[in-house]
Amino acid sequence: MSNSFLIILGIITPLFAALFSYVCRYNNNLRDSFGIIGGLITFVISLKIFHGIQNNEVYQITFFTLFDGVDFAFKVSALGSIFSLVASSLWILASIYTIGYMRGAGEKNQTRFVIFYSIAIHAALAIAWSGNLLVLFIFYEILTFSTFPLVGHKQNAESQSAGRLYLSILVGTSLIFFLPAIFWIWLKTGTLDFQDGGILMNKFPAEYLSFLIAMLVFGIGKAAIMPIHRWLPAAMVAPTPVSALLHAVAVVKAGVFSFLVVVVYIVGPDFLLQTKSSDWLVWLACFTIMASSIIAITKDDLKARLAYSTISQLSYIILGAALASSLALKGASFHIITHALGKITLFFCAGAIYVTAHIKKVSDLKGMGYKLPLIFFAYTLGALSIIGVPPFIGSWSKFYLIMGSIEREFIIVAIILGISSLLNIYYLLQPVVIGFTQNSKKEIKLIKAPLTVWPPLITGLGCLVFFFYANYFLNNISGVIVN
Amino acid sequence: MFDIFLDDAPALVVVLPLLISAIIAFMPSKIWPWIISIITLFLHLFLSLHLLKEISVSGLIIYEFGNWEPPWGISFKIDGVNIGLQLLFSIFVLVSTFYSRKIFLNEIDYRDSGKAYSLWLLAVGSLNGIILTNDIFNLFVFLEISALASISLIALGAGQNRKALLAAFNYLIIGAIGATFYVIGVGFAYAMTGTLNMNDLVIQLAQYSDGQLAIFAGMSFMLIGLMVKAAIFPVHIWLPPAYSYAPSAFSTLLAALATKTILYFFVRLLYEVFIIYPSYLSLFLDFVLYPLSLLAIFIGTVIAIYQDDIKKLLAFSSIAQIGYITLAFSLKDHSGVASGFVHILNHALIKGGLFMAVGYFAILYKDRVTLNSLKGFGYKYPITSFALLICGLSLIGLPLTNGFISKLYLFQALYTNQMYFSIALVAVSSALAVVYFWKIVEQMWFSEIKFKSEKEDAYIYLPIWIVTISIIIFGIYSTPIIEFSNLSADYLISGYQN
Repeated sequence: MSNSFLIILGIITPLFAALFSYVCRYNNNLRDSFGIIGGLITFVISLKIFHGIQNNEVYQITFFTLFDGVDFAFKVSALGSIFSLVASSLWILASIYTIGYMRGAGEKNQTRFVIFYSIAIHAALAIAWSGNLLVLFIFYEILTFSTFPLVGHKQNAESQSAGRLYLSILVGTSLIFFLPAIFWIWLKTGTLDFQDGGILMNKFPAEYLSFLIAMLVFGIGKAAIMPIHRWLPAAMVAPTPVSALLHAVAVVKAGVFSFLVVVVYIVGPDFLLQTKSSDWLVWLACFTIMASSIIAITKDDLKARLAYSTISQLSYIILGAALASSLALKGASFHIITHALGKITLFFCAGAIYVTAHIKKVSDLKGMGYKLPLIFFAYTLGALSIIGVPPFIGSWSKFYLIMGSIEREFIIVAIILGISSLLNIYYLLQPVVIGFTQNSKKEIKLIKAPLTVWPPLITGLGCLVFFFYANYFLNNISGVIVN
Repeated sequence: MFDIFLDDAPALVVVLPLLISAIIAFMPSKIWPWIISIITLFLHLFLSLHLLKEISVSGLIIYEFGNWEPPWGISFKIDGVNIGLQLLFSIFVLVSTFYSRKIFLNEIDYRDSGKAYSLWLLAVGSLNGIILTNDIFNLFVFLEISALASISLIALGAGQNRKALLAAFNYLIIGAIGATFYVIGVGFAYAMTGTLNMNDLVIQLAQYSDGQLAIFAGMSFMLIGLMVKAAIFPVHIWLPPAYSYAPSAFSTLLAALATKTILYFFVRLLYEVFIIYPSYLSLFLDFVLYPLSLLAIFIGTVIAIYQDDIKKLLAFSSIAQIGYITLAFSLKDHSGVASGFVHILNHALIKGGLFMAVGYFAILYKDRVTLNSLKGFGYKYPITSFALLICGLSLIGLPLTNGFISKLYLFQALYTNQMYFSIALVAVSSALAVVYFWKIVEQMWFSEIKFKSEKEDAYIYLPIWIVTISIIIFGIYSTPIIEFSNLSADYLISGYQN
């Protein structure tokens, strides 16, 4: 199979999954199986591309020219190969989980749900493999529009207003800041292609670079840096599979991935380090990390708590990109994987608890640890990974980020990262503590939904196992980010 | 034997529709007026293509009526500036005529079919005359013919809603005021120079090289008159009711082409004739047209957000879009004028497509289309709804649609002129366009009510889809539109720089 064919196949497989789900809409089992099949196919392709990138193979394909210097083209970068691997592998598990959740919770419109779910994955993969900034932007928008029906899935007043907020913030920021920033880059350089080391050096006026960085970081609303973070908690009205795969992995990671790509392949880390144009962003990211951790503590709703935790963790990646040193970028890129694994575990568990016991609030979890031991076990694994305790995979990315901030002599940032870990311990482990220590008098009827239990166990154990195979991923990352 | 006719192609594109319109006016038949119109417009398209061929060889055609030489006789001028618009005009009119048949039959008494198509061809001929004429008084004549035809057609909408009469009357009065302003200006110009021909006018005006008050007054009168006709903010008030109460078929033609042709003449007057007074021109562009464009963009968009009636919503969006075009034209350089032409061509397609789709909905719903009435239409009429979605995304300016190309070139032009505030405003307004457009999408696809899909009429949705597909094609392969616009700007701006 030729390399360009692999890209096409990988990108259209989710679309075919969506199409087949629609065709087989009257047969529930068949309909839902296409998510798993599509996940397997895209996973194999992503894995092959991932290895190919390690062996310096080139994966690219150009379809047509949109305007001067900008083609409709795909080209897999090292960063993109990581993101696609994460999204496709977790899609398999999320599809299995979706079956258990949607049927267990008795949701309506399941066909529409699986269709748009697949389209969202399609957009995420296309973002991962996009060859230039405009193609990335196109699929960034498709991702927003395709997740809108998922956020507003329940079609009640609450989800409708959440959907409006979601759409207006994401589309609004992208049209007001992101697109003009893309035009600006194009007008200055005449191209939008991703190149190692960036394209702006010597072409873009250094004094305006901070301004461009601001337009990008606020324009890429999916990265959820404060004050553009409100859409993420609002999106939590969606069914949990959406929160798990899309709002912990595909959508938000597409946001931080876009920003990382801009820093690494458009602006260039060297240019950033020379001009120090992103140092202000370091402090904004630190603020977001701390503020959202503190908000997370106050939230009693488990999914809302996890949402604020996500905002905080996304800013780790923005922080790494803003530091722009090689260690920090390594940590930031790796954090895409580690946080995805950890956070999807937590969301899976939150959804499983909701389906089996209809509990949404942390304070209602009293005594549930004994009734749902497997779910709580998986939750603990995920939480420990996100906190950054060895031997969990999350400790690696945090380690690199702290090293990166020390390398850039931002000692305070390293301290803030430490404090944030302490806050993580508090708000992520509190549900476990409540679940195992306090007793509830209420009798709770449990519904069996085994398909919601196994996926979090797999990802949770993954957090543990991949700690020992971190180099497998890091090889790909360090191959690119050479200062 | 056709060669005899082809020599007169510049006149025929205008005269043919006007002549045929007189023939079909009293035809009582339901179908024949339409068939004759279609044949006429096919010939029209053929003639336009012939003109394109001629232009690509010679670059300039001056057609003298009755062989009277230009300063005395009336002449048409076809050059790089107007050939692109002429071609788009021809094609779009043909497509919308195909679309119009079933729509007209639903909206007006079938016995009026002959009158409707007679007026339709009258409007087509006179609007085409606006594109081609090289004589400022002749333009006034075409303006009046097109206004009268439009007013009568709008009034035909009274069968649906009596407010159409008021809208038509509004248009009549305000349009007449605009035309009067224009003709007073023409009078001043004629008094000072003794000529009406545009090329000759430039020569004659040169004798008043430092300008004269009477000339400036005349120019101002002409420009204000044209601004009324082109619905440039704040003299746009006739437009929203006219667009929204006219029969749906005619709204399409109005929205896509009527203001565009006048805008085209407007910019030609500015950059071909008034260019000889650079200080006056830059005064007008910088302190009148530029701020008004910004206001139009912002206010038009904001008002559109608060509209409940979809046709009105689209009409106010048109005000904002005309603002984009005049903003581009106020930039005084090649990139600005070119991007204005890009948007004239692209927006004609986008708004045409949107009005076509909404017009069909009006027929299906048998009432005015409001936000509420669109509930579940996405499932009920998927084919038309999907076309509407694509046109709307293009209106917002997302990539892979021609609206994006417009935005790209507008941003580029604004950037080279260092107008960062305008860039911000355009960006904000395109984000606000999401708000009003998404209100429609939300009703169509995400309301609680569910519908089974119903059969749609292929005679109606095929023309809609032709426009929609052209929107995507010109979004991906934008070269033709860019080339024509650059050509137009080349012709206009070369005069400015000399």
